[in-house]
Amino acid sequence: MKDLFVSSSPHIHSPEDTPWIMRQVIYALIPGALIGVYFFGIPAVTVIAVAVVSCVVVEALWQKLTGKDITIADGSAVLTGLLLAMNLPSGSPWWLVCLGSLIAIIVGKQVYGGLGNNPFNPALVARVFLLISFPVQMTTWPQPRSFFSQAADTVTGATPLGALKTAIFEHGTVTAAPHLNLMDPFLGNIGGSLGEISALALILGGIYLIVRKVISWHIPVCYIGSVAVMTGIFWFINPNMYADPAFHLISGGLMLGAFFMATDMVTTPITNKGKIVFAIGCGVITVIIRLWGGYPEGVSFAILIMNALVPLINKATKPGKFGAV
Amino acid sequence: MKTFKGGIHPPEEKDLVKNNPIVDLPLSSVFYVLVQQHLGAPAKPIVKPGDEVKKGQPLSEPLGFVSAPVHAPTSGKVTAIAKRVHPVTGLLAPCIVIEADGKDEWVEGLPLNRDPFTMKKEELMGAIQSAGIVGMGGATFPTHVKLSPPKEKTIDTFIVNGAECEPYLSSDHRLMLEQPERVLNGMRIAMGILGLNKGILAIEANKPDVIKIMEEKAPPEIMVEPLKVKYPQGAEKQLINAITGREVPSGGLPMDVGAVVQNAGTCAAIWDACAHGIPLIERITSVTGRGIKHPKNIRVRVGTPIQEVIDFCGGLTEAAKIIYGGPMMGIAQFSDQISIMKGTSGVLVLTEKDTNISWYSGCISCGRCVEACPMCLIPSTLSKLGEKSMWEMALGNDLLDCVECGSCTYVCPANRPIVHFVKHLKALQRAANAKKKGA
Repeated sequence: MKDLFVSSSPHIHSPEDTPWIMRQVIYALIPGALIGVYFFGIPAVTVIAVAVVSCVVVEALWQKLTGKDITIADGSAVLTGLLLAMNLPSGSPWWLVCLGSLIAIIVGKQVYGGLGNNPFNPALVARVFLLISFPVQMTTWPQPRSFFSQAADTVTGATPLGALKTAIFEHGTVTAAPHLNLMDPFLGNIGGSLGEISALALILGGIYLIVRKVISWHIPVCYIGSVAVMTGIFWFINPNMYADPAFHLISGGLMLGAFFMATDMVTTPITNKGKIVFAIGCGVITVIIRLWGGYPEGVSFAILIMNALVPLINKATKPGKFGAV
Repeated sequence: MKTFKGGIHPPEEKDLVKNNPIVDLPLSSVFYVLVQQHLGAPAKPIVKPGDEVKKGQPLSEPLGFVSAPVHAPTSGKVTAIAKRVHPVTGLLAPCIVIEADGKDEWVEGLPLNRDPFTMKKEELMGAIQSAGIVGMGGATFPTHVKLSPPKEKTIDTFIVNGAECEPYLSSDHRLMLEQPERVLNGMRIAMGILGLNKGILAIEANKPDVIKIMEEKAPPEIMVEPLKVKYPQGAEKQLINAITGREVPSGGLPMDVGAVVQNAGTCAAIWDACAHGIPLIERITSVTGRGIKHPKNIRVRVGTPIQEVIDFCGGLTEAAKIIYGGPMMGIAQFSDQISIMKGTSGVLVLTEKDTNISWYSGCISCGRCVEACPMCLIPSTLSKLGEKSMWEMALGNDLLDCVECGSCTYVCPANRPIVHFVKHLKALQRAANAKKKGA
């Protein structure tokens, strides 16, 4: 008789492993990425390709140099690259993208011991690092146009949230901002990061993840819900100073953040109760930054700040065990 | 439909064997009867090499109340008291080797024919205790102990576990379907011993044929309760919780919430012992999995070598793992030099494709284990502590509440062997306790 395998029970396993999860998230990001490519053209393709390839290369090199097992096959570096690309302006120069990958993989993930040990979302660490270090490149937003009418000269302009902030600073009222047809950010016809422009595409991807049970509804619903409620209250109090909640929901990085960044398993609480606390915290901080902060957008900062609180949230929301006495 | 919190839905895989009627395994020529086939105090052999034994004759004497004897599965000669691999501990353990004489003669006086419903409680308990009956779902705790709760515990609920929530296995299914009277009568005896006038027979809803037949046959004092199909529905604490809503307290026993649970197979054995004086020398076992050529449900004598069982089922196709019990909580065997025990509810042969042989990676904190845990623990924390052998810290993370059902490990996307880590931590804790006592 040939040798038998011996191990502790259980002897069967769900087919849904870590690479499967990473693949599902990548699939779910594809609609948003395609919209970015449609409206921003070849430069968007370049940013995505450079980000994904450089993330994988950096991870492999780091693991080789530090003598660890090379884990690029788990798909997490590909996903980090794709998420990073979707959080960058579509006109980002190649060196900026590569620098972002370096920061995401090494500072964001590997120094903590690799996948599973990082406290902060790697793609967001890189995005915020770049935003603070290279404010000009990181806030130069090419304007959208159809893929089939791309010209050599790129027109840049403000994002809807940026225009809103400018209107408040210069005119003291949000009504001075250029009127925005809400169908534009819904479908993606606005300025912004490569992958955040179409709320519709991102919601579709998010629903896919919830249906496949890759993520639960708790974080997206509570994050988006708390932004809606809070911006709604202030809009109700003073519609001259505060934009309406529909505007806040579908412009900026909220959908990308709520469905894809704030749901990163590694950097979010482990229980559903904890996820709700985390998501509401993200919503409140996002709104505070958007309404009263110096930056027009607060999703990245909000998620990173809440990432830091995850151990505390986990401790506070530990489930009561069965038969507790 | 009633159920508990948490749990998982692994593929049932019961179609391989559930429609195969119980068949008798031909009598083996040699039997290896392990002396320790129960949980609790040891027992000591009372036969020696050269002794002639008859079927049903006791071979060992329990040392203590929480213990159980073993009996000769057939007539023949004791050829040795040897050391054989114990399928549960993996260690060499004393084993009584019997060469069958082929006559299969009962010991004098057996089988009896008596009406257990006219017998006194003490007589019934004596019959169960001397028959060596243990929990046949796999836990093998002596049944007479479970049926004699201390006076200060009021028992108001008696549940018979016919959930059979382990994938692949169908031995309880076939038993309840083909021999419902044995189960129901055994149940009534146990109810009488406990002084209860009602009992609950819990069956997972994936056995509609059994539910139907039991509803027809059950006397009014026995209620058939279909349960939602979810693993581990048949785990004792989860079963009690699903049916009564009560939670067995941490560190406590079912009797602390007024409940006693017995497996369906155990009830059948109670009937045999009380009505016919027959000790526990045979059981029904599912021999299944894609690694076995012709999966079968067999009636097999305790002590039958596994090789005979496998040959009877057409041999192996491709065996990556041989498991005693189901795929969720069963024990992987490293040798085929083992024999059928009282608690062997299944002999499962998995092919490499059907089992899980791969390395694990870091925890990604996805929380799937937390969702799956029927005990509402944080398995991911236990697994990380287990990796570092930090058992003292694990005690503070409810290590001892883990029932090792394997739900967390089944769903873990990083393929972390969480149950393995938990067992490792518990072993460290036991060793430290033993050392403290010794010092």
